[in-house]
Amino acid sequence: MSVRILLTLFALVILPFNMANAAGAGEKPPAKDWSFNGPFGTYDKAAMQRGLKVYRDVCAACHGLKRIYFRNLEALGYSEAQIKNIAAEYTVIDGPDAEGEMFDRAARPSDTFPSPYPNKNAAKAANGAYPPDLSLIKKARANGADYLHALLTGYKEPPKYFTDKNGPLLDGQYYNKYMAGNVIAMAPPLSDGVIAYEDGSPETLEQYSKDVSHFLAWAAEPEMEVRKRTGVQVLLFLLVFAGIMYGIKRKIWADVH
Amino acid sequence: MGSGNREKFENPTIEWIDSRLPIFSMLQKEYGVFPTPRNFNNFWNFGAIAMVMLTVMIITGIVLAMHYTGDTAQSFDSVERIMRDVNGGWLIRYLHSNGASFFFLAVYIHIFRGMYYGSYKAPREILWMLGVTIFLLMMATAFIGYVLPWGQMSLWGATVITNLFSAIPVVGDSIVTLLWGGFAVDNPTLTRFFALHYLLPFVIFAVVFLHVWALHVTGSNNPLGIDTKGPQDTLPFHPYYTMKDSFGVIIFLIIYATFVFFLPNSLGHPDNYIPADPLVTPPHIVPEWYFLPFYAILRAITFETNLVMLGGFGLMFMPFFVNTGAFFAKSLAGIKLPTFKAMTPQPIFLSLGLITLGLGFILHGKIPLLTDFTLIDAKLGGVIAMFGSILIWFVLPWLDSHPIRSARFRPLQRPLFIILCVVFLFLGYAGAKSADATLLGVSMSIWALIGTVYYFAYFLVILPILAKTEKGKKLPSSIHEAVLEKEKAKETSAPEAAK
Repeated sequence: MSVRILLTLFALVILPFNMANAAGAGEKPPAKDWSFNGPFGTYDKAAMQRGLKVYRDVCAACHGLKRIYFRNLEALGYSEAQIKNIAAEYTVIDGPDAEGEMFDRAARPSDTFPSPYPNKNAAKAANGAYPPDLSLIKKARANGADYLHALLTGYKEPPKYFTDKNGPLLDGQYYNKYMAGNVIAMAPPLSDGVIAYEDGSPETLEQYSKDVSHFLAWAAEPEMEVRKRTGVQVLLFLLVFAGIMYGIKRKIWADVH
Repeated sequence: MGSGNREKFENPTIEWIDSRLPIFSMLQKEYGVFPTPRNFNNFWNFGAIAMVMLTVMIITGIVLAMHYTGDTAQSFDSVERIMRDVNGGWLIRYLHSNGASFFFLAVYIHIFRGMYYGSYKAPREILWMLGVTIFLLMMATAFIGYVLPWGQMSLWGATVITNLFSAIPVVGDSIVTLLWGGFAVDNPTLTRFFALHYLLPFVIFAVVFLHVWALHVTGSNNPLGIDTKGPQDTLPFHPYYTMKDSFGVIIFLIIYATFVFFLPNSLGHPDNYIPADPLVTPPHIVPEWYFLPFYAILRAITFETNLVMLGGFGLMFMPFFVNTGAFFAKSLAGIKLPTFKAMTPQPIFLSLGLITLGLGFILHGKIPLLTDFTLIDAKLGGVIAMFGSILIWFVLPWLDSHPIRSARFRPLQRPLFIILCVVFLFLGYAGAKSADATLLGVSMSIWALIGTVYYFAYFLVILPILAKTEKGKKLPSSIHEAVLEKEKAKETSAPEAAK
C-alpha cells in the first residue's frame, strides 16, 4: 500500500519536471529508433564512422569538437594506425620549443580535435552567430539525438502565418520547425549526395543526419555503453541482495507477526 | 554513556576497549537493544535512507573535490574531465548529481511523514526543529552545489536566487555583495560557494547527530501516535529494525541506481551542459525540481502590499501573535500577559482581517498615506512568503497543539493534510512553468497564489482552529493491543476470502 503511494508521489514529483524541459522549445522532435536507446543499447560503430565523416566533411567547417581526443576514436572501431593517420591530417599549434617559438605540427592521437576558430568571438564574427562546440551538444539540448536529427532535417520555407507575424526572414536567417523560435542562423548544412559513403549506405539527407547525430551522441556520452552494462550488473546484484534481505527480514519478524 | 553500570563483554579485546571508552556499550544501548515501537510502517524507513544518502553524498563529494577546479575559466572543463578522463569519474559524478535529488526525495517523505503522524508534537519539538534546520542547510548546500559545474543554469540560477536577497530592506544589498564577492555572480562567488559546499555537509552531519541524539532521548513516534507503555509495545532495534531498514534501503538504492545508470540526466536541465555565458540569458530559468514548490510560492506574490493590507494581515493573525507573544513573555521574562483563551476569536479576526486586506487591495493607490504607497513590494513579498513557508515549520509544534498526534485519529485534519500534500505537489508543477503559462485559461501565478494561500492557511488558520475544536477518534489503549487486533482481523478475513 505505502509502496504504491510512494511510487505515485515519485511520479508526481518527476512529471512537472519533464514538462519544464519541453517548455520554450520548437516542435517536439519525432522519436527515432536509435541503437543506443534502452537499457541494453549500444552504439553502432559503422554509423559512428559515417557520422565522423559527415562531421569532418561538413560540420567541422564551423563547429569545434574540442573535448574529443583522437585516441577516443578507438571506440568507433578504428585501429591505432588508422587513428594516427586520421590525426596526422590535422595541424595543431605546439610549443614553445627550445627557442621559445610556437610551431605547427601534425596532430597525434593524444591531441583533441582542433577547433575551426581561435576563439568564440572569431567564430561569431565569421558566422553571424556562435556555432557551438559539438562535444556536448547531445546532452545540452532537450530530446538529445532526436533533436539533432530533427534539426538537420527540419528546414522548410517559412509558413505564411510565420512571415505574416514576423515579416520575411533576413539574410542569414533560415526557418527550422524544431529550432526554439523557429529561426536559425545555420544554413541547411546537409542535402542528398553531398558526402560520398564508402560502405554503400544511402547518400541521403536522412542517412547523413542520422549518422552524424549517432556520432555526436557518442561524443557527448562516450561512457554510455560501460555505464549501462555496469547498471545491469548493479541492478542484478541489488535485486538478489533485496531478495535475501527480504527473506531475512521475514524470518526475523516471523515470531512478531 | 557513563561507564558506571556497564555490562562486561566476553570478547577480551572488546572488553579492553570498552572499559576505557565505552563505545560498544553505547552502540549496544542505542542501536542494539534500543526499544523501538513494534508497529512502524514503511514510512519510518526514510530516516535511515536519508542517512545513507548523506553518506553517499559526502563520500562522492570528497572524491569529486579531488578532481574539480573552482574557477570560472576551468570549472566546466574540469567537470567534463571528470566525466571523460577520470577513472570511474562519470559514476562518481552521476552518483553525486542524482544523489542530491534522491536525498531530497527521501527527506521530503521523511518530513511529510512527520507531519502526518504528528511526530513534531511534545516531547519531540526539538527533534523536529533540528530536522527543519537540516532541511534548510540541505537547501543551501544543494543550491550552491548546483552552481559549481558553472553551466548556464548554474550561473543564471545563482543570479536569480542571490538577487532575491537584495529585496531585504536596509541590509539586502550588503548581503548580496557578501554573497557575490563583487559586482555580479563571478569567480569570487564560485570559489566561496565551493568552499561552503565542502563545509556545509559536515555542518549537516553535526546537526544530524543532534537530531539522532534527540530521537534517542524521546524515542520514536509511531503510526498510532500513542506512547509506548512497556516492553510488549516495543522491539529491540537490532535485529528487527536494522534488517527492515536495510531491506528498505536496498529498494531505495534500486530506484536510485536506475536513475544513475540509465537516466542520469533526466533530473537535470540540458542547459547546464552549456558553459556559463554572462551575455546569454536562458529563455526559461528553473531551479532543480526539489525547489520548485518554494519557487512557485516566491513567484506567486505579484502584488504590492500597502499599509491597510498589512493591517489586514495583522488582524488575521492577531490571536496567534498575541498568544505567541504571551508565551515568550512568560517563558523568557516571567511576565504574564493576557491571552486569547480559546480560539473562538480566530474566525472573527480572520474575517475582519480578510475584509481589510481586500479593501486595501481594491483601494491600492487611492487613499493618501493608507494605501497610496507600497510598504512591501512584490519581490520582498515573494521572498518573505518563500522563506516564511519553511520557517513556519519551526513553530508547527505550537500551531498544532491538538492532543492527538497521528492523523489517523483526526477525521478533519487528515483530509486537510492530504490536500496540503496535493497543493504542495501542484506548487511544484506551477514552479516548473514559465511565468506567462496558463492552466484552464487562468494565469499560473494566480494558481500559485491560490496554492500559497492554502499552504499558509493550513498552518496558520486550519491547524490552530482544529487544535481547539476537532474531536478525535478513539485511540487504541496500547500499541500492543492495536497490533493484536489487526492480526485478528486479518485471520478472520482470510478464510472468508478463501471461500
